Amino acid sequence: MATTKLSRPDGPPSDVERIKHESNYLRGTLAESMLEPLSSGISDDDNRLMKFHGSYLQDDRDLRNERQKQKLEPAYQFMLRVRMAGGVAQPEQWLVMDELANKYGNGTLKLTTRQTFQMHGILKWNMKKTIQEIHQSMLDTIAACGDVNRNVMCNPNPYQSDVHAEVYEWSRRLSDDLLPRTRAYHELWLDEEKVASSPEQDEVEPMYGPLYLPRKFKIGIAVPPSNDIDVYSQDLGYIAVVEDGKLVGFNVAIGGGMGMAHGDKETYPQLSKVIGFCKPEQIVDVAEKIITIQRDYGNRSHRKNARFKYTVDRLGLKNVKAELERRLGWKLQKAKSFHFNDNGDRYGWVQGVGDSWHYTMFVQGGRITDDADYPLMTGLREIAKVHTGDYRLTANQNLIIANVTPEKKAEISELIERYGLTDGKRFSGLRRSSMACVSLPTCGLAMAEAERYLPVLVDKIDDILDANGLRDEEITIRMTGCPNGCARHALGEIGFIGKAPGKYNMYLGAAFNGSRLSKMYRENIGEDEILRELQVLIPRYAQERENGEHFGDFVIRAGVIAATTDGTNFHE
Amino acid sequence: MQLQVNNSPFNQEQVDLLNRLLPSLTDTQRIWLSGFLAASAQNQAASGAPAAAPLATSAAPAASKEVTILFGSQSGNAHGLAKKTAKTLEASGFQVTLSSMSDFKTNQLKKVEQLLVVVSTHGEGEPPDNAISFHEFLLGKRAPKLDGLRYSVLSLGDSSYELFCKTGQDFDKRLEELGAVRLFDRVDCDVDFDEPAAQWLQGVVGSLNQAQAGSGAVAPTVPTAAAAATTESAYSRTNPFQAEVLANLNLNGRGSNKETRHLELSLEGSGLNYQPGDALGVYPQNDPALVDELLAATQWNPEEQVTINKQGEVRQLREALIEYFDITVLSKSLLEKLTPLAANKEALELLASDRLKPYIQGRDLLDFIREYGPLQGSAQDIVSLLRKMPARLYSIASSLAANPEEVHLTIGAVRYEAHGRERKGVCSVYTAERLQPGDKIPVYVQQNTNFKLPENPETPVIMVGPGTGIAPFRSFMQEREETGASGPSWLFFGDQHFVTDFLYQTEWQRWIKDGVLTRMDVAFSRDTEDKVYVQHRMLQQSKELYAWLEQGAAVYICGDEKQMARDVHRTLVDIVEQEGGVSREQAEEYVAAMQKNKRYQRDVY
Repeated sequence: MATTKLSRPDGPPSDVERIKHESNYLRGTLAESMLEPLSSGISDDDNRLMKFHGSYLQDDRDLRNERQKQKLEPAYQFMLRVRMAGGVAQPEQWLVMDELANKYGNGTLKLTTRQTFQMHGILKWNMKKTIQEIHQSMLDTIAACGDVNRNVMCNPNPYQSDVHAEVYEWSRRLSDDLLPRTRAYHELWLDEEKVASSPEQDEVEPMYGPLYLPRKFKIGIAVPPSNDIDVYSQDLGYIAVVEDGKLVGFNVAIGGGMGMAHGDKETYPQLSKVIGFCKPEQIVDVAEKIITIQRDYGNRSHRKNARFKYTVDRLGLKNVKAELERRLGWKLQKAKSFHFNDNGDRYGWVQGVGDSWHYTMFVQGGRITDDADYPLMTGLREIAKVHTGDYRLTANQNLIIANVTPEKKAEISELIERYGLTDGKRFSGLRRSSMACVSLPTCGLAMAEAERYLPVLVDKIDDILDANGLRDEEITIRMTGCPNGCARHALGEIGFIGKAPGKYNMYLGAAFNGSRLSKMYRENIGEDEILRELQVLIPRYAQERENGEHFGDFVIRAGVIAATTDGTNFHE
Repeated sequence: MQLQVNNSPFNQEQVDLLNRLLPSLTDTQRIWLSGFLAASAQNQAASGAPAAAPLATSAAPAASKEVTILFGSQSGNAHGLAKKTAKTLEASGFQVTLSSMSDFKTNQLKKVEQLLVVVSTHGEGEPPDNAISFHEFLLGKRAPKLDGLRYSVLSLGDSSYELFCKTGQDFDKRLEELGAVRLFDRVDCDVDFDEPAAQWLQGVVGSLNQAQAGSGAVAPTVPTAAAAATTESAYSRTNPFQAEVLANLNLNGRGSNKETRHLELSLEGSGLNYQPGDALGVYPQNDPALVDELLAATQWNPEEQVTINKQGEVRQLREALIEYFDITVLSKSLLEKLTPLAANKEALELLASDRLKPYIQGRDLLDFIREYGPLQGSAQDIVSLLRKMPARLYSIASSLAANPEEVHLTIGAVRYEAHGRERKGVCSVYTAERLQPGDKIPVYVQQNTNFKLPENPETPVIMVGPGTGIAPFRSFMQEREETGASGPSWLFFGDQHFVTDFLYQTEWQRWIKDGVLTRMDVAFSRDTEDKVYVQHRMLQQSKELYAWLEQGAAVYICGDEKQMARDVHRTLVDIVEQEGGVSREQAEEYVAAMQKNKRYQRDVY
């Protein structure tokens, strides 16, 4: 068989490559920066490195202009993200997160779209204490951001616990195995003594090397028929194959990713493609080899084209598969058939195998906070004090109180009742299927509101749905403040990407089960125009849809929008 | 020959200026100046218009080799292009000053001869964050005339927005309005900016080079009227100047327990001068709400005409109580006059008792009248007993050299509750709550010869100024920056919280970065469990601090007298004792000697 020679794009390395190169394995001048007393910020170079430690510097953008006039620097603060494979946490860990968010953070917790905790508003001088307390709770923040493998996602699947336990175990194995090996994190935050001898470069990061990856790398494991983790959006996706109630292996999908840049058609969201099947014990090996291919051939010149999806599209899927098999020394099996129903969550109480119960709670925007009329944070704290099972953070920013014993079920139900917590059933199907990234005021990339605004927009769309008898219809709606896609906007049946304050690009036509990307329907429009469009589309859907037809499929059949058949025609 | 008002056509100020200038001129300069004046007089006569920018008679003015590049960037593209432009120009032998608009000191703008602006537009036609203040300044009414400036604008934008490249267009148009001349036409770039930006850069370089080639010999420059005039201003404590408020802002961020006002006042036309370390006297107004309560309590007629002074000036009562009389301080002498008039005769007992001193603490005329009133006599009878509103003195927070014809103040708003009522500092809350830009406020300069920078610009200075005590040190730093003083400087600052109370934070950061300020240590007492104050920071650095003293550093302390200044003084003696290895007595003598030699100065209140 003729082998195609693979190569990396030409061009000088980007500035971030320089920073990594000079950083001595992610140390940089962070130690000094964190102690500098005249600013609560750190330098741009150090902030790049900070990401590898699970955090980055942000500022409260609501206050930015006001503070500039006041001759005060921006209200700098750190975001801190936990590494927590599969979104599984213990009640004691919940209580630690809750305490840290209130003691050092802004008093809220964010459940992310990648199944982990995120805290905002931590001041520079409190970072070390926060990380140490997280460490004491048996969690860490290593590689939660940065050009490395990120938090590994995994279907929480509480109603099939046997398989879930096994799949979760593999996600944890991946998460641990793919960690950077540098001791920088332990030295900087946990006061680990520096080892005197300097090891050979190859020994420090045997897989990543001194420059790590060209860009972030994401892995997720789905268990059909649920595609809640949006397996096609991952750089590397695994699809569990279950036969006779037993896990036999995983289909392997590569080259997905959501991010793009406005006005740059060389960038686009892409869905991963299935290239074969491997046995459970082979998935770590597959992941390592895929990562080294991206390490060697990813674009280190242009960060906007550095994700693995561009590497795959540039080199060709077949060639990447051949290279993978060459590096593995064995061949993938033919992919097994599978089917996905949806990418949402199942709300409310569900009985799992054995005696255990699981309660999926709706958490709007993934934000755990106490509002005047909704004491969510307090309620969850009280539950954590008595809960004996564990938690699963879902990929849709919701929370599963999992493995509740029959004895505890009444007590936890009573607490849910007392604090008025909700499984979302009192809300519309649209709101239950909504997702928003953090965006303003803390995200430096945000061009428009997302988390703070989507609930308000949904209120208004709910009125249209009510008028058309579609209140309970599940339609996925996703909003991000910028095109980087933390809320996987390109897989929402109705998607929005922020362009400017109050202005969004509107996308339609994604599949309900996450297997087809959306396409831009209107550019740079405000709320009035958004509602005007939906006032036409929603009644049409109510009247013209076929039995069981989802909104994303309907708009395509009705000719409202053309189907995006591949990321490369997303902009067409 | 000395020029005088009676032997020349000049007024006193002009005479003074000329007498200072003329003896300093060389022969060449004298000859050039006479020729220049003759030529411009001819020009004026010929055209009938005022003389334009001074032109050398022999040669065209030299095109400068200096180029300033200002950028306003949100995503970094404009910044990147500005850097690239700077590199290219430097390669062609130009001297380039590259700065973000937010870092650029607007008072330098008039000195710039060749300006390149690289700026993006974001959102709906808005300037990027680091261009907002400069944009506001340049488009505002305080923008200077920019005759003689040559410029070009490169604007970045996204044509899918309605107001494409608006910020760049704003600058381009405004610079023209201010009298500047384009050296190359503006280029508006869309998202794909590389090519048009490259064309712009090529055009700009070409135009700058052409100007270079076309210029002749170095033209003489007109000496600027040296140093501010030393003439006495007509304004004084008794005849205060009505200064216009240019800016009035709160320096404390949201969530602070404090409110510290930064006030910028115009001294234009006043002839007022000051030195760093001087104070400004400010005449405030009483709170109209308090005056109305007083009028209600006394049942006086607000519109009654009252005589307010010996000169027999007459005002409406309400206005007089707001602007002219002190109604917030109870003094013993005032109570001696008021108690005989009080209906409640217990007032006389109070006056005679040792309860008087605590009573007058924190109480005002309204308290007294409510408790012991009503008072016998007419409104006129009573107000005639009141003293005139005294001026409040504030350490000046600016340098005239850095801010010509301006004075800046740093004023902490005083608010507290006492004796069942909310109390407000008269002047501080007047500035905090009622004084708006455009309003005028009576001021005068109060010299303070006991708080002056060392005469030798190389002398190191150590400055300790927590809270509003920071004010004179801002003035010191501005002055040292303007004069290029080379002496090292060290500032200790403290307040409650880092995030909200770091007064003038971005200015100190810039001075540290630029090397104007050598060191800065900060103490934020409420950010940590054990309260840390400036004196603790001094002690932590005792070795280094003593080394500075031994090198002749001058020490300045400004701020609260009762607690801070005493603690700092004690700490200073501690440090000398500890680091100098001397007895307590000797350490005290050491500090006393510093004081005597003006190396230890305090401005405390």
